[in-house]
Amino acid sequence: MNLSDLSKQPSPWLQESGPASDVVISSRIRLARNLAGYEFKPCLTPSRQQEVLNTLKHALLSVPADEPMFFFNIEEASALERELLAERYLISLPHARGEGPRGVVIAQNEYFSAMINEEDHLRMQVFASGQQLEKCFEHISQVDTHLETKVQFAFHPRYGYLTACPTNLGTGIRVSVMLHLPGLKMTGQTEKFFNAARDCNLAVRGLFGEGSEAVGDFYQLSNQVTLGITEQEIVQNFSRNIVPKIVEYEQVARQRLFEDNPEAVEDKIHRSLAILRSARLISSQEALILLSHVRLGIHTGRIPDIPISKINELFLHIQPAHLQMQAGRTLSPDHRDILRARIIRTALCAN
Amino acid sequence: MLCQSCKTQTATIHLTEITNGHRIETHLCQACAQKQGLAIQTQIPLNELLSTLLNVPPEATGTQQNPQEQKSCPHCGMTLQRFSKETLLGCPQDYDVFEKNLLPLILRTQNNRSEHCGKVPASAGQAQEKQLRLTQLRRKLEEAVRREQYEIAARLRDEIRKLQ
Repeated sequence: MNLSDLSKQPSPWLQESGPASDVVISSRIRLARNLAGYEFKPCLTPSRQQEVLNTLKHALLSVPADEPMFFFNIEEASALERELLAERYLISLPHARGEGPRGVVIAQNEYFSAMINEEDHLRMQVFASGQQLEKCFEHISQVDTHLETKVQFAFHPRYGYLTACPTNLGTGIRVSVMLHLPGLKMTGQTEKFFNAARDCNLAVRGLFGEGSEAVGDFYQLSNQVTLGITEQEIVQNFSRNIVPKIVEYEQVARQRLFEDNPEAVEDKIHRSLAILRSARLISSQEALILLSHVRLGIHTGRIPDIPISKINELFLHIQPAHLQMQAGRTLSPDHRDILRARIIRTALCAN
Repeated sequence: MLCQSCKTQTATIHLTEITNGHRIETHLCQACAQKQGLAIQTQIPLNELLSTLLNVPPEATGTQQNPQEQKSCPHCGMTLQRFSKETLLGCPQDYDVFEKNLLPLILRTQNNRSEHCGKVPASAGQAQEKQLRLTQLRRKLEEAVRREQYEIAARLRDEIRKLQ
């Protein structure tokens, strides 16, 4: 697996469209585990960190898989390669920018990745496009059960799987969905959505950008409680209660938008497409906002000639590390804006 | 609704002030509100929460420390003081060493729960699995009683007796 080839293709889970994909871009389940007999990361010496890395790397590569699996040494990777992996959600930003012996095991199709020596010794995740949380859970459970025949994880009779931070204790599971909610945003209902999520002990974050501010109506919703409840209960609560409710609210909001003021919404959609097709300089923030409108336009049948995969693909390709990998050199923010505008123009005008 | 100040971002902070009987409404985006000193903290940062719950002043000096804060884990050397700053523990044993101090924090962040009832590794042995199964059943029993589902509750009670 070559990282510069990777930068030219979209993540397969972004490319395909799963169930409810007009609202749910993707599903993800993550498990946090630590090896028994080793200190957690803050108290682990570099030589023991190296032992953890070797042990988990071999255990992970021994898991039977349909796809070839690759190991990347993050400590030895270039800064640009690390950022590229983070932009593709294969590693976290703290893992990309951290220190010490650490790595990641990635399945060729990018549906699976496992970070070694991030906050916990092992953090593995499974992705799927659209709402397919139960499928993700099944996959990650199989990997976890197989790993347990090779290594022993730290487990406590009362607290379950032990994690470096008590907020991941017990199951170590983090269930999340990436959502596109332009309807709720344009009808001024996002606050209501945030409050409801908070009441259910869920965390809402913006999908793009490092701050909490959501750029372009993209959000990530995830569970916060990991203890005293089974993995199945957490997953099913998401897939059967929470996600269907949000999808319904978003669809009603979209319908209302087009009934109440069709010209205003259509103007917004087509104006956004026109800017994307003509701009010579564009920041990633502006691009994300406009792409969000175009995505809404495609899903509501207002833009019939652009496949949704093209838009999903652009979300990745316009990010800084992807742009620089494609250019083959470091680019200043101004030059990135030029290249970003060119890539978007080429993608959207070729139709 | 657009922010009154920058007129580009969406207003998410809505302030109503009543001065001398006059009602003034202000609608701002997060960034402009922050500029005007109106920032609203939506979520308490974890280390602030930790310091409060562990009763450790975040910037305590050496002389003010009490023995509890100075206590360190014999396995990894972690102290509560360090944990409250970095929010990460040093080794699995810390959960037992600092149990008294960690439990309130666990309850607070885990929706008042402190007993695992999910997956058990095969290596954990049958005794542990039985313990977990019992915890799970007791929780279901509590829930059934709360919902006045007495038939289910009776069945769960029998199952618990059989396991014990």
